Amino acid sequence: MNGEALGWWGVPLAILGGAIRAGTPYLFVSLGECLTEKSGRINLGLEGNLVLGAMSAYAVSYLSGSPWLGVLAAGGTGMLLGLLHAWLCSFPKVNDIAVGIALMLFGIGVAFFFGKPYIQPAAPHLPALGFGDWSASAQVRAALEINVLFLIGLGTAPLLGWFLANTRWGLMVRTVGDSRNAAEALGFPVNRVRAAATVAGGFLAGVGGAFLSLYYPGSWNEGLSSGQGLIAVALVVFARWQPMRCLYASLLFGGAGALGPALQSVGITGGYYLFNAAPYVLTLLLMAATCSPERTLSGIPGELSVTK
Amino acid sequence: MKVAEAWLCSFFRRGRQEWLAFLFISFAMAAPLHAEEAVVGFLYVGSKADYGYNQAHAQGAAAVKAMPGVKVIEEENVPETIAVQNSMESMINLDGAKLIFPTSFGYYDPHVLTVAPQYPGTTFLHAGGLYQEGKHPANAGSYFGYIDEAQYIAGIVAGGTSKTGKLGFIAAKPIPQVLRNINSFTLGAQSVNPKITTQVIFTGDWALPVKEAEAANSLIDQGIDVITMHVDSPKVIIEICERRGIYSSGYHADQSELAPKGYLTGAEWNWPKVYTDFVKLLQEGKPFPHLLRGGLKEGIVKNSKYGPAVSAKTIELAEAAKAKFMAGEMVIYKGELKDNKGKVVIPAGQSLPQTDIKLESMDYLVAGVIGSTGS
Amino acid sequence: MNVRVPAQVLESLLIPVSALLAALLLFGIFLACLGNDPLAVFHSMVRGGFGSAFAWRNTLERAAPLMLTALCTALPAQLGLIVIGGEGALVVGGVSAALAGGLAFEDQTPWLAIAAMLIAGTAAGGAWIGLVGWLKHYRGINETITSLLFNYIAIALMNHLVTGPWRDPASLNKPSTRPVGSAHMLGDMPGLGVHWGLALALALCLVCYTVFRQTTFGFAVRIAGGNPRAARLAGLPVGLLTLITCFWAGAAAGLAGSIEVAAIQGAANASLAAGYGYAGILAAFLARQNPLAVIPVALILGGISASAGLLQRSHHLPDAAVLMLQGIIFITILSSETCYGRLQPWLDSRRRA
Repeated sequence: MNGEALGWWGVPLAILGGAIRAGTPYLFVSLGECLTEKSGRINLGLEGNLVLGAMSAYAVSYLSGSPWLGVLAAGGTGMLLGLLHAWLCSFPKVNDIAVGIALMLFGIGVAFFFGKPYIQPAAPHLPALGFGDWSASAQVRAALEINVLFLIGLGTAPLLGWFLANTRWGLMVRTVGDSRNAAEALGFPVNRVRAAATVAGGFLAGVGGAFLSLYYPGSWNEGLSSGQGLIAVALVVFARWQPMRCLYASLLFGGAGALGPALQSVGITGGYYLFNAAPYVLTLLLMAATCSPERTLSGIPGELSVTK
Repeated sequence: MKVAEAWLCSFFRRGRQEWLAFLFISFAMAAPLHAEEAVVGFLYVGSKADYGYNQAHAQGAAAVKAMPGVKVIEEENVPETIAVQNSMESMINLDGAKLIFPTSFGYYDPHVLTVAPQYPGTTFLHAGGLYQEGKHPANAGSYFGYIDEAQYIAGIVAGGTSKTGKLGFIAAKPIPQVLRNINSFTLGAQSVNPKITTQVIFTGDWALPVKEAEAANSLIDQGIDVITMHVDSPKVIIEICERRGIYSSGYHADQSELAPKGYLTGAEWNWPKVYTDFVKLLQEGKPFPHLLRGGLKEGIVKNSKYGPAVSAKTIELAEAAKAKFMAGEMVIYKGELKDNKGKVVIPAGQSLPQTDIKLESMDYLVAGVIGSTGS
Repeated sequence: MNVRVPAQVLESLLIPVSALLAALLLFGIFLACLGNDPLAVFHSMVRGGFGSAFAWRNTLERAAPLMLTALCTALPAQLGLIVIGGEGALVVGGVSAALAGGLAFEDQTPWLAIAAMLIAGTAAGGAWIGLVGWLKHYRGINETITSLLFNYIAIALMNHLVTGPWRDPASLNKPSTRPVGSAHMLGDMPGLGVHWGLALALALCLVCYTVFRQTTFGFAVRIAGGNPRAARLAGLPVGLLTLITCFWAGAAAGLAGSIEVAAIQGAANASLAAGYGYAGILAAFLARQNPLAVIPVALILGGISASAGLLQRSHHLPDAAVLMLQGIIFITILSSETCYGRLQPWLDSRRRA
């Protein structure tokens, strides 16, 4: 154990560590939401995927002894909720935002209903890689102890960006998202493309939940998510529908969450409630700065109901 | 439409049959027992299995459940709104509850104070110690423990075990109860090593796992090697301390199995004793105390077993202090005591015993605590 | 033309009721799969929510704030906006009401203090969501996202003020603003045992229904909601309509917050953010954004949550069972949206055949 104090250096280190640790759930949910929204549908219910994913990951990891099975289970439940969303929204006149809120309620309800027996036990955690092992400082080693899921997320962001920009399927998703008429004229199966995008998005959000319960903070309870899934939806707007920007924005939100405790640990004690609200104010300011009634956000999918 | 009609009909028929069955059973059971089963209700603000505040109360409820002639009914996740008033009334009106334990601090004012006068046949016993004689209804009571005594002992253990001389305290809000725990913990540690400091981080709310985890990591990065807390569910913090190889001291309930290596001790409630005592009194028809307060001596609070990292010498010091508490000779707050801004809060020569009402409105952090009481 | 009206009326009754029954059926199947007796559970729900005078009071007290927060979503929906900021507006309204009641009017006559509280809360909540409307119309920022962020900001502000600058030093272990005083509290309606907030909520629902469905103002709002470009061409002041509608939406939620303070809590504290705002979104969608339909929907939701305790106590179901049921009801009602407008063509085809 290295007992040296870091002093003010602790703040940037906490922000770096926090960006990675607390930012990962944001990253997965926002990538999922980004993909879904690119296809022209908004799924406001990813908070439900996140919570249900966290619960099922913890339960499966505990019961099977394998955290990776837990991650798969989380992804699976996320896919099921995504599928339900896609199916309900495929009927005419059904509002996707409202269905999202309904599924959020449903997902959280299911997670709490079945999650009671798993609050107490300790499930095996996901492994972490020690990227800071070169350092003599325990603090640096701890901050750079990076979970494999974060690395997967780190890889998924550019991959998703490349997929959307350069592949035929990516083009299909973007076309469906930009104009239903154009997509139909080209013979694209609009509903099926959207369903696939929503299911894949649901999978990613579920995996984000697995990170919460199986790595950081690393246990299942009913207060585990303090709305990260909902905030991630706002984060996609912040990132203007670009996967790489989702990555940066997630890191920013995660780091901003670590700011309050880190400042207190070096003696800046006032206003922690306000520091905690900083990411939301930041998003709001950014939207205010970049929007105008004449010019909608650049990069926004044309079919998205938030634009209409 | 036909289906729905049939369904509705069967539904209502069933209702009537059930009522008949219910009357029959209650009659049949009541006759041979010659005693009526007392219904006792418990309300929790969170989940019963949170390894913390609510679990400590639920353990008390479990002990009551094991008593003869008692039926326990419980509700979890009841918010501190009109919902708690309605839940209490529902327990009385629909289940015939004669005794109710609303276990969250925020349930008392205005909720218990609103409901209790309307139901004189039911007793309301609240965890918080807020009863005011003459002002509050006669069928209400409030109890609380001086858990800061157990925190003082935990402070001695932490101070004796810490190598860096820096302790950490993760707390929800800067309210008197919490400040008193922080101060007692620090004073306990300073009784072993006067140079010791306690760094405080307020997270802002009672259950914020991610913030609590960030706070723990920040403290550890600052070279702190023992962390304790006052949040509803300490599980996350204890697990992070264990993972990062530092010591932890628990709160509310026993968390030793979460950290077999680093768990030093913890300040715990002993609700099973308090609750079974209350139920016994009421079963015997004796009057109950409206305001029950006590600490280690009265058995309302206790410390967890010492962990493997605690030295024999430290245990000796801790046990000596505990013996003084048990004998009623220990005074934690005595002059001259300065707060962490250098102001004298208790002048020399003055000493405040645990029961002193002044301690209930504590609004300072003692010298050696790094942190502030503002929001 | 004469035949068309009954078909629509029939639809607007038949479809929600069938959707509700479908939800109960699904929930019942779920319970049966877990080994519970669904009929016994439903019986308990009826008993806990509507089975006695006390159960009704329980239900009504829970329904009152829902009616108001539902309006916060239902009114902007007339304009085609999806506002989910009821929670934030309620919190802002509650804090403002407590401030007005605790500081400025301590020596005033009770009715004046109560009026001050209600007006302060209403105005603050209105301004809060009004700002959302302003950002939408004049800055083009999506109102759903803004109002969501506004919830988090409102709660953070409330926590900061209540534990910091506006904290009553006497509120020791439960940080609150100064109490408004028992003399200035909103009392119960005689004979009912439910506070006057319920009457205010019912009245506001009726007023909103009349204004938004029966007047030219409401007509203009709905035109602006249906086709903003056409509305602008017709010379309708779309911006002003947006601002007014959003203001009243927020005012309703702000009123809920001030009633929470004036009738129940007696001061503003963290208990204000108890989820009424989020439940109101559910109520608004279930009522298909109709201010009048909000009333029965709030009663049903209130009854379900009133019976939640009984389900825990008598059937050992987790408290989340009710959350699940609400989710299922929400899903079936939203899906049933697709059935509207199909009855008339079906009747026509039968008549032709």
